[in-house]
Amino acid sequence: MTDVQQLLPCSEPVRFLEPTGTLVAGGPGEEASARGYAMPEPEALVEVWRNMVLGRRFDAQATALTKQGRLAVYPSSRGQDACQVAPVLTMTGPDWLFPTYRDSMALFVRGLNPAESMAQLRGNWHSGYDPKATQTGPQTTPLATQALHAAGAAYGMVRRGTGGVALCYIGDGATSEGDFHEGMNFAAVFNAPTVFVVQNNKYAISVPLAKQTKAPSLAYKGVGYGVRSEQVDGNDPIAMLAVSRAAFEHARSGGGPFLIEAHTYRMEAHTNADDATRYRSSDEVDEWVGRDPIVRLQTWLLAEGHIEDATVEEVRAEGEEIAARIRSIMNEDAVLDPMELFEHVYAEPTPQLREQAAMVAAEEALR
Amino acid sequence: MTQTTFAQALNRALRDELTADEDVLVFGEDVGQLGGVFRITDGLTRDFGEDRCFDTPLAEAGIAGFAVGLALQGFRPVIEMQFDAFAYPAFEQIASHIAKYRNRTRGKVNLPIVIRIPYGGGIGGVEHHCDSSEGYYAHTPGLQVVTPATPGDAYSMLREAIRNPDPVVFMEPKALYWSKEDLDLPVEREPFGQAAVRREGSDVTLVTYGPQVATALKAAEVAAAEEDWDVEVVDLRTIVPFDDETVAASVRKTGRAVVLSEAQGFAGVAGEVAARISERCFHSLAAPVLRVSGLDIPYPPPMLEHSYLPGVDRILDTIARLQWDDEPDTHHLPASDREQVSA
Ligand SMILES: Cc1ncc(C[n+]2csc(CCOP(=O)(O)OP(=O)(O)O)c2C)c(N)n1
Repeated sequence: MTDVQQLLPCSEPVRFLEPTGTLVAGGPGEEASARGYAMPEPEALVEVWRNMVLGRRFDAQATALTKQGRLAVYPSSRGQDACQVAPVLTMTGPDWLFPTYRDSMALFVRGLNPAESMAQLRGNWHSGYDPKATQTGPQTTPLATQALHAAGAAYGMVRRGTGGVALCYIGDGATSEGDFHEGMNFAAVFNAPTVFVVQNNKYAISVPLAKQTKAPSLAYKGVGYGVRSEQVDGNDPIAMLAVSRAAFEHARSGGGPFLIEAHTYRMEAHTNADDATRYRSSDEVDEWVGRDPIVRLQTWLLAEGHIEDATVEEVRAEGEEIAARIRSIMNEDAVLDPMELFEHVYAEPTPQLREQAAMVAAEEALR
Repeated sequence: MTQTTFAQALNRALRDELTADEDVLVFGEDVGQLGGVFRITDGLTRDFGEDRCFDTPLAEAGIAGFAVGLALQGFRPVIEMQFDAFAYPAFEQIASHIAKYRNRTRGKVNLPIVIRIPYGGGIGGVEHHCDSSEGYYAHTPGLQVVTPATPGDAYSMLREAIRNPDPVVFMEPKALYWSKEDLDLPVEREPFGQAAVRREGSDVTLVTYGPQVATALKAAEVAAAEEDWDVEVVDLRTIVPFDDETVAASVRKTGRAVVLSEAQGFAGVAGEVAARISERCFHSLAAPVLRVSGLDIPYPPPMLEHSYLPGVDRILDTIARLQWDDEPDTHHLPASDREQVSA
């Protein structure tokens, strides 16, 4: 293979598992096998399935909390469960995660404390967890900006010799932003171990992919930067895990960045405040609900005897416990101190901030 | 004492920090082999290696965002924006991330990033090479915005900027790069937030910063020689944090104030300084606080920049309007009304 061919994605999205829950006859195909994507062991797939079930319960609970006014806003990732779970489960100790507002399920799977990771959604603070302690960047809202943070952090890890990889999530719309391109280019030039996962959920709020790009696959956007790239059926959890593993291995072993385009679908509206019926048909949504990644993998795992009906019930019950815990955390009234507003602008508040703090303190005293 | 240029002082500050702390990284466009278009990073790659001072792809947002990631790994990035107006692509990373990271993370993560920006005109530069962009940064909470006006300050303030736990926008007046001073380095660094009285005077305070400090001192000399005005010149040095105390003490002493900036005046730093003086010194003021600034136009082409830049005459004309004879300032009134008021 020439150098360019080594970068190029497969001509069709990599798939191991049919939407019906049976394995693709003859495996994922010659192209995918040549690129080293291998069927993961059943135990790992059970873990992916389990985390998808729990992650979706988390996601449903968060959406419900917006209706009760307990969360200020929630961008759901229902339907993108395989994309949220498989790359995160591929991470190891030294790795860092750079998520967006869409990736709360990924944070849940990463094991962040929901009381902290949901602070932003609740409106308590802009971000509630410690990025250094959790090796997880704050969820970014300015689109694609995190691509550069991931590239810089990945290069920093090379300099520190930690052996870590930076996993960066990004949406399909955000691939039109300059920072996405600068991020890939910097990562490539500095040979920084970065795995970019584009969740192509077909819409940027209301704007369909056809209005973002003429590229035959978003994975081609990596090739121009010398970044190895792949496109995957993002609703096939087996393919997501197989390609994620190859991507992390590529980055960790000094091959530089790796771009994954995951073809998936956002089953819910952009956020709880959005009305998706204005820009997409219910037929389209139904079609994608029929490709549900959880149902797909669960069907296969049951058929193969890797899990039993009792396992499904156990995990469902575990999900209910998690949901109940989140409800109780979110139902506690937050205790916030307005004086904290002045504490984190600079290491030392400026004299001007001290004056304003005194004003607010006086106002508070009169409440 | 050795004659040291502003540019040499900056280079020496970078060297001393690269030596003192191996987490300091210098990067940007052409800063490696070439030593930067203004040679501020001259010889750093040669002497410290490409790991410590390196060229990046040509992308300002990229440079700033990459610095965020490196700072998360404990490095202290010192990044160069090649010219003032070419920092604009990086504005989103600066305003939305670099400025806000400490706040967003509730104090858990600080980003000790220094953004060096050569700024201002007076060097015959073409479009996009002469902007005074300090106002954009000063308006953004979370950034410290500083600008030295002497080689000694260039050295000590850059070292302080690199040591500082918070992000610093380090504005370098490019008209001063070749200015010299008798200076033996190293000199001590001081905390930010202290203005300097560059010339003592009793009649009027001229508050300024960066490229205009030298002009202010020149104007003060002419004022003393030709008009018998004793002008005090205050160099802010750090726009954020702002030293209200030194500025107000000077104005309370002199009773009159003019704020001078090279930047366009409208909604700018000079207006903020004038407002702060009025708020604090109203009862000491014998006249309204006036501003002298660049014109409210895009920075002009080189052949016309002399009309834009505030010079000694414009400063003296403004000082003359400070109601020295108890005459109200009629400067802004239509001609017919002016006569009525003075009648
Ligand atoms: C720089 C920037 N521009 C605009 C927005 C407003 N906005 C928020 S989400 C969004 C759509 C993003 O779509 P995509 O990247 O496909 O991600 P998704 O929301 O589908 O996960 C837009 C336009 C923003 N957050 N940042």
